[in-house]
Order: sequence, then structure tokens, then C-alpha cells
Amino acid sequence: MTEKAASPMLLLHPSRGLIDEKFSLIVQNLSRIQDITLHALIHSDDGDYWEAFGHYVSDATGFVNVANDSSLGGTYDGVEPMGLLWSMRPVPGSRIGLRLRKKEVHTPMVVHISVYRGHMSQGFREQVALASVVTERWYMAPGVRRIDITEGGVTGTLFLPPGPGPFPALLDLWGGGGGLVEYRSALLSSHGFVSLALEYMTPRTSGGSTSHVGNEYFEAAFTVLKQHPQVCGDSIAILGLSFGTSVALGMAVYSTVIQPRCLVCVSGSHVQPVKGSLSDVFGEINKNVRNTRYDEENRVIWRDLLLPIPTDPTKKVDVGQLKCPVLMIVGEDDQNWPATESAEDMKEMMEKAGNSHLLTTLSYPGAGHLIEPPYSPHIRASNFMVAGTKQKLVVLWGGETAPHGHAQEDSWKKILSFLEEHLYRSTDVTSQSNL
Amino acid sequence: MVGTFPLLSVQPTRGLVDEKIQVVVRNLPPALSVTLHSLHHSEDKDLWEAFGHYTSDGQGTVTVAKDASLGGTYEGAEPMGLLWSMQPVPGSRTGLRLRKMDVLSPMVVHISVYSGHMTEGFSKQSPLATVVTERWYMAPDVCRIDIREHGVRGTLFLPPGPGPFPGVLDMWGGGGGLVEYRSCLLASHGFVSMALEYLPHDKNRTSDIESKTYFEKAFRIVQEHPLVIKDRVALFGLSLGASVALNLAAYSKDISPKCCVCISGSHVIPVNKAIGEVFRKMNKDGYKTRFDEEGRVVWRDIILPIPTDLGEKVDMGRIKCPLMLVVGEDDQNWATVESAKDMTQMMRAAGNEHLLTILQYPDAGHLIEPPYTPHFRASNFIMQQTRQKVIMLWGGYTKPHADAQEDCWEKILSFLRQHLYPSPDSVPKAKL
Repeated sequence: MTEKAASPMLLLHPSRGLIDEKFSLIVQNLSRIQDITLHALIHSDDGDYWEAFGHYVSDATGFVNVANDSSLGGTYDGVEPMGLLWSMRPVPGSRIGLRLRKKEVHTPMVVHISVYRGHMSQGFREQVALASVVTERWYMAPGVRRIDITEGGVTGTLFLPPGPGPFPALLDLWGGGGGLVEYRSALLSSHGFVSLALEYMTPRTSGGSTSHVGNEYFEAAFTVLKQHPQVCGDSIAILGLSFGTSVALGMAVYSTVIQPRCLVCVSGSHVQPVKGSLSDVFGEINKNVRNTRYDEENRVIWRDLLLPIPTDPTKKVDVGQLKCPVLMIVGEDDQNWPATESAEDMKEMMEKAGNSHLLTTLSYPGAGHLIEPPYSPHIRASNFMVAGTKQKLVVLWGGETAPHGHAQEDSWKKILSFLEEHLYRSTDVTSQSNL
Repeated sequence: MVGTFPLLSVQPTRGLVDEKIQVVVRNLPPALSVTLHSLHHSEDKDLWEAFGHYTSDGQGTVTVAKDASLGGTYEGAEPMGLLWSMQPVPGSRTGLRLRKMDVLSPMVVHISVYSGHMTEGFSKQSPLATVVTERWYMAPDVCRIDIREHGVRGTLFLPPGPGPFPGVLDMWGGGGGLVEYRSCLLASHGFVSMALEYLPHDKNRTSDIESKTYFEKAFRIVQEHPLVIKDRVALFGLSLGASVALNLAAYSKDISPKCCVCISGSHVIPVNKAIGEVFRKMNKDGYKTRFDEEGRVVWRDIILPIPTDLGEKVDMGRIKCPLMLVVGEDDQNWATVESAKDMTQMMRAAGNEHLLTILQYPDAGHLIEPPYTPHFRASNFIMQQTRQKVIMLWGGYTKPHADAQEDCWEKILSFLRQHLYPSPDSVPKAKL
């Protein structure tokens, strides 16, 4: 009686993880020295399909271990334990300019991981896999609570870790794309921080006129955190990406209400009208709109809108007045904001003022603008609608996939470490344990 | 209020029931006494807890995997002690057993760190920090299917993927009912597994089990499933289920398992007869029931002495497939140690001893279940025939029993993979 061979086995661990957790992936029970393709597939909330794949050869025992073995090609190569996630891109035939962002944080990203015979680069849907498993990737740990915030005129979503607290907190600011983006706050809360994802780009109507929010809006948001019964009011930080960095730096220096314990600034700049409101900042940027460039595919490059870095002190936040530690994260191939030039200028200003010991800059070659939590795909360019307008563009963010993937992984680890150091541990000489 | 906040981390926060967790507390003052505590609110609405006493090190860290618990429900360096040493909270109903009946949802466990070395009053004290962790029997995309076919009643679990897969017929013991979690976990490890009900709790439900063809029909249902490889179906039984498995493996002309796993079972069973016959025999020998000092039922002597009459025990010489026996040496419910010894002798005499693997664990009891689930030395039991409620002594002591569960589960999975998922090139498999 001929025995039908059992399928190869795909062992993925853990089968349910947080979005920033690594997994181990092993294939066994293959034939020896067999060509195989490992493939990952996501069906996004928006209905698009994203995939990644790597080409491997099993060893003499029919074994492939993604942690040790080299991918010989595909959407990533070399020894890349998490390449199947960070190298994902829309499947051929997808709509263009896509970005993979999880809107619904109560459910996981579901990833189908399959192993196929041979070295394939397309046609995965038409082929039956040798084996496949499913892994869930969560932004929210069990026990994290999500609360809509509308008090004090502030629009946002608050995430609370499980447990009695009190906890340190974060004000979480995204960039010019606007909207209410929750996933980073959900993830930060899964690491023990109360986090408020703030919506601030939508102009508000009051008294018949529509305008951008003023500085008091951010102060109100900070106060929501400070007054929350489970937040330790002295341990609040601001995390900003892109435009959010501008807000963070401006508020930290000029606001009397906002006194963060530390700042994390990703892909941003200190260049903005001093003490200006959001409207002032936009106004200043628009003055330079002629500096917009386009790449060979007609994608918008906005990095020059803030260049050259002004010498006029009224045109940039006086970072010499910063009193708290700042972590600057910069992608050297950022095509959207002049993050590298800004970071250099900030360092100079702070050295002159004598507070440069507060500044830590992490600069990543080959990384672009959208430095997000790790293992999410790199987006070199995507559709963009300027908040408050109906103008649709394709914006070039920059970066190359592999270095950008590594930048996300490395920077996130360091961000968590930095936040833990400054928010969970006191560097205050007069501090005492509350235990 | 500027100060340090303790940082409690549990990884993974969502895991399979047989996956280990890493519990670490950081940011404590050095040399601080703390208690790590786990709490679970069961489906039956009871509260279960475990706790360990620790002292933070010079960096203010407690690492449960490495540091020794100085006392509590477990002691020593026990990475999983917070799970396997769980017991009902003080004031609970007696004779409880923790079993997950709904496998579509996880067991939710709250892990907290408290100041000081506490042994009670956890609900009245605010912990320093709490993390919630989920323990799942079901991996993502495992499919659960109700089976009601040809009078056979069970639940089938399919692993994710195109298959084909090896299959398992999974049988529990004399407590009866339809218990799904072990099959669900097996499917999470790549086996199509059917949990079989053969002693319904509902007396109104007639079952075909009077006929010995019931089990053969059940085996066929697994075997004939389109995703199952026909010649790679195993039998898996605990307690009475193990005896059924041995009976089938030795005598069935209809089915042929590829291998068998028998936990806490015996070959001493009316040979080639229906289940009803088993209960009649047990009733006859019921006078051999003993009671311990707390009035708990001890059944281990019922099948002793091991009979020499071949009509009263499975002829082990007829077993043609690899067989793994798992035995707890403190089994107070069934004389499994003596049975294992006798089975070995029979197979030695018949020349098929090479098929036999025995895993024997000192101080483990009868209910050897998937790892990191609590140990029950005794629990409430409803007698199948009379519906009488007793407290059954299963045996075993918590720590050695937990070690046995952890060790044998890994070996069981390995055994099943070896015989049901052999390497296509017949090259000796690398060990992970």
C-alpha cells in the first residue's frame, strides 16, 4: 500500500502576538534540499491584499528556520526573521498609492502564512500551498481599555492599560494627514502607558467661521491626561510624528500649561513660526509651496518647503529653552520633511544654549518619513489628501524597504526604552518610591 | 507624585495553553518583598488563584523563570507555577475541577504583583500592577465542526491549511460527556482530531455505544474526512478511553490505528465487549472500592489483582502499532502502574515489546492533562450508572503532577509527529 506523504508542517510561534512582537517560523517535514517559498498574506480592513514572500531551500533534514536561514530572493533577502511582515506590499493589480493602517484596533491583523513548492514570485492564488497557518497580530493587549474622549472640546481616543495605575501617560500626535489614528496609542497602552490619540487637523467651526485649532486645544488635551484619575500628572510625555513633532516642540517650549517629562519626535522639524498657531504654521509652509518638487513618477516631494533651515530665530522653535529630554528620530531618505537638516540645526542651537545633553538623535540611513511601529510595511509613496481640502496627491515619503524596516524595529525598541527610562523611572534626585 | 512605577510584563499576552509565559517585574526597589498572583474566573463562576513570594534583586527585578519563589502555592524557580499551582480561592465550593468547555474563547488570567508576602486577602488589596493574559486551546483558524453522523456524536477540529493531515480519535474517561479541549489543542498542532462522546450525560440521549461498532464508526468518520490521510489515524485515550483504545487496537477487524496514546489506562477490561459490559464488571468488583481518611473514593483496587485469565484483559500480543503509555505512579483511581508492568510482560512474551514506550511519573496522579493546567488530587464525580455524587480520589501531588503533564505532553506530540508525520525522505528528523 503506498503511503500518502503527510504535509510539511509550519510551526509559527506565537500564533497570537502584539504587532511589535517577533515570531519564530519553522518549516519541517519537507524533502531534503527542496526549493520552497514562504508567503504572507493580509486582507486589509480596506479590502486590499498585501503580500510578502521569501525563497528558501530546505536543509538535509527537510527543515527551514526563518531565524537562521537566508532568503535567496523575493520581497526580502538574507536572514530576516520578520521579513514576511515588513516587506509586504499590495498584490499585483491592486489600487495604487495604498498604505496599510489598522483602523479597528479591537480586532487583530490576520496574516496567512503559507509554504509553496518551488521558488514562486507570483500566481500564489492559483496554486495550492503545501501548508498554511494563521497568525493574529494585535495592537491591543488583553485588558487594555479604549475610551472615546470628547470632553473640553477635545476629540481623541484614550487607551488605558489594565491594572489600578497610576500610570505615566502620552499625548500621541500624528501628522498632516489628519484623522483620528488610534493604533499607536493602543500599542503604547499595551506597554503600560495611558495614551491619548488626538485628532487635531480637522478645522473646527465656531461662530460661523471655520479655522484650525488653536494652542489651547493642545493644552486642553494635555489637561485631560493630567487630570485623569489613573494618570500620574508629572509623568506625561508627548510623542509626535511629522507635523505632530512641530506641535510637540512648540508646546514644550512655549506653553505654560504643557510640561512634558520628555518628548519623542519622529520625522519632524522645529522650523515653524515661533509661538505660532497651527494656522500660522500652515501659512508659513504655504509661502514656500513653489519649492515643491516632483519625482520621475510625478510624486510630490515636500522636503524643500522648510528649507533652507532659517537663521531667523522667529522662524523656528527656540529649542535652547527645552527643559526635558528629547528623542529625535530621523530617516535620512525622508522626502517629505527635512528631518536630517532640522535635527542638525536643533543640535547646534542646543549646543549653543548648553542643553544639548537633553537631545538624543537616532538617524537611519535609507529610512523614509513614515517611521511607524515595527513589522508594518514600508510605504515609499502613497495617496494623500491634504487635511481640510479635497486635494488628492501621491506623496513621496522616501526610504528603501529593508533599511526602513530595520529603522522601524530599532527605533521602536529605543522609543519604548526612552519612555520607560523617563516616565517609569524617576531621574529626579528628590524622587521617592511610591511603594 | 513623581516616583517609580513597577513594570509588570507577561509574554505572550495571548498564548496557547501549552505555551510558556515569561513573567517579569521591573522597576521595584531592590530587595523588596512582593507576591506574584494569578487569578482566573472560571466558566463555572468559581475563582482560582495561585501565588508566589519573591524578593526583588539588586536591580529591582523579579524574573519568575529564574528566581525562586520562597513560598505560596508553589516554590522554587517555576516559570509556569502561577498557572499549574492554581487552586480554588478560600471559601469556594469543594471538589472543583477546572475544565474549559467553550474552546472558542480563551481562559483569561489576571497576573498581578502585590507588595509584601501575602497569602490571602488579595481581593481586598490593590496590586502594584496587573496584566491580563489569554490562554487558548484553539490556534487561529482552527475549525470546529459538530459531528452527528450515523449515531456517532462528537466534535471535529481541523487545523488551518489545505492539508491533508493525520487524524486522531480522542476519547476521555468514565466521567462521560463531550470534552473538546484536548482535541482542539491537537488540531492547533496540526492533527485533525475528533473528541468523541460515548457516555452521554443526558440519559435521554440513546447512544449506540452498547455496540462495539460505535467506536469503529467514529474512527471511520475521522479516517474518511476529505482532509485526513487514511492510513495516518491514531487513537488517543485517557482512563476508560485508553482501555477502549487498547481493545480496538487489538481486536478490531474494521479499523487499524497508526499508533496509540494511552494515558492512565489499563488493558484490564472485558475483552472485545461493549462498554455496558465494562460497567457490569466494575459493579461486580465494586466491593473492592476503598475510602481514604476523608471519605473519598479510591477505585485503584477494582482491577487488582491483574487477572491472568485472557478473557479479562486485552491480549497485548495482538497490538501491531506503536503504543505510548503514560502512567502516574500515585494513580489512586486505576491500577495503571501494575497494568503497565503486566502489559510490558505480555508484549515481551509475544515479541512486540519494541512497539511499546512507557512514560511513568513518580507522584503523578490519574488526571494527566495538557500542561500548565491545575492538578486535582480529588474532585466531584457523578457515577455513570447511578448518577450518585461522590468525591473521587485521583491521586498525585501538585508539583510532580505538573512536571509530568509538561514532560509527557511534549513527548506525546513528538510521538504523534514521528508516526503520523514522517519525513518524506526517511531521513532521521532533526530535533528542535
